[in-house]
Amino acid sequence: MSDDIHIEIDQDVCIGAGQCALTAPDVFTQDDDGFSTLLPGREDGGGPLVREAARSCPVSAITVSKTVG
Amino acid sequence: MTETAPVAFPQDRTCPYQPPAAYAPLRATRPLSRVTLYDGRPVWLVTGRDTARALLADPRLSGDRTRDDFPAPTARLSGVKRRKTALLGLDGAAHRVQRRMMVPSFTLRRATEMRPRIQRIVDERIDAMIAQGPPAELVNAFALPVPSTVICALLGVPYSDHDFFEGQSTRLLRGPKAEDVVDARDQLEEYFDDLIDRKRKQPEPGDGVLDELVHRQLRDGELNREELIALAIILLVAGHETTANMISLGTYTLLQHPDKLAELRTDPTLIPNVVEELMRLLSIADGLLRIALEDIEVAGTTIRAGDGVVFSTSVINRDEDVYADPDTLDWHRPTRHHVSFGFGIHQCLGQNLARAELEIALRTLFDRLPALRLAAPADEIPFKPGDTIQGMLELPVTW
Repeated sequence: MSDDIHIEIDQDVCIGAGQCALTAPDVFTQDDDGFSTLLPGREDGGGPLVREAARSCPVSAITVSKTVG
Repeated sequence: MTETAPVAFPQDRTCPYQPPAAYAPLRATRPLSRVTLYDGRPVWLVTGRDTARALLADPRLSGDRTRDDFPAPTARLSGVKRRKTALLGLDGAAHRVQRRMMVPSFTLRRATEMRPRIQRIVDERIDAMIAQGPPAELVNAFALPVPSTVICALLGVPYSDHDFFEGQSTRLLRGPKAEDVVDARDQLEEYFDDLIDRKRKQPEPGDGVLDELVHRQLRDGELNREELIALAIILLVAGHETTANMISLGTYTLLQHPDKLAELRTDPTLIPNVVEELMRLLSIADGLLRIALEDIEVAGTTIRAGDGVVFSTSVINRDEDVYADPDTLDWHRPTRHHVSFGFGIHQCLGQNLARAELEIALRTLFDRLPALRLAAPADEIPFKPGDTIQGMLELPVTW
């Protein structure tokens, strides 16, 4: 059993405020349309700032969940 | 239980960076309180930070200013109620279309790319102040022209027209009369109508945001002309007024805290935290307005459909359950998650640009003019009344 985390971004909800990329720039970025996206290889990782980034999202577009397996 | 008269909202500040003393009972009543607007209408005042974040993100609250029952903070704004407000005045899908159109121009990356250009604009203004020699009036010499030049460059508006649009923005936001507000809105609409024509006739589109909107979205029917004009007005006005007020009031506040300023001078890497804490403390857009579309159960009370809901950012950003010693300027506190840029779908589109401008403007100003100080007694320097965006009316300085 590991406690890896899984990050999901709902791009239909995202308004491109960029707060995730500001808070955790090594995990989140904004694509060419301005919407939040994960940097390659960061889908299941991140460090302590990931939850802080999710919390800073003004529209709760980011879900951070523990993967049990 | 004693019945006390409801507090009037908004009121003028007595210290330009602290909420009025008369708001003390509101600050003690969290997360919701009641206030009375200028016309006697009772509305909800949101005072708790977590409740504010939840309600600002709640689709049952609308920003549609064309509704007859939308709350008005002052009499003078009643004349422009029928005019469409882009972005902020739209809900749901209509808002989403416009926000999506604008987002690529206001990303963190775009703001970072703008930094060298912002630095040049800031340096040019300080060069001019130094060439002129002290004293100076900092609002007109620095705080206003810096963001005004930046937003012109970004939008593709000729900076040579700045006297016109700065003057009309002031009338749009501060009147003083209702007729001034209506006339200012008319004049800005005419100005952009004409600018759109000029841009359409250009054989090669410019590289501004408005050029893109004229040559793509207007052509493709994603925006009509009325919507484009409303969008241009909100981008231009929000793009320079707010940042100008943060620069003037931020400078004043730092000059009133010489020990803190000394720390910033010895460690310029503090500047992002300094800007964030100034955003929290100064809360210059102090009264965000919404109307409830449905009944909303919150904190043991019911906000009824049709009720006005006002968010006092200065009160919310001083929620004692979140911020210890909240009236104190302290950039070592965890200062994020304030609501100075709003929250929810309308959270400030230009916040990344605003942070870049504020960081560069304040850092460079105190770096290049190390002896900067007020040139008049602090309590005699005039600042803006409570019914508009907060900031200094004038800022006499010397160095």
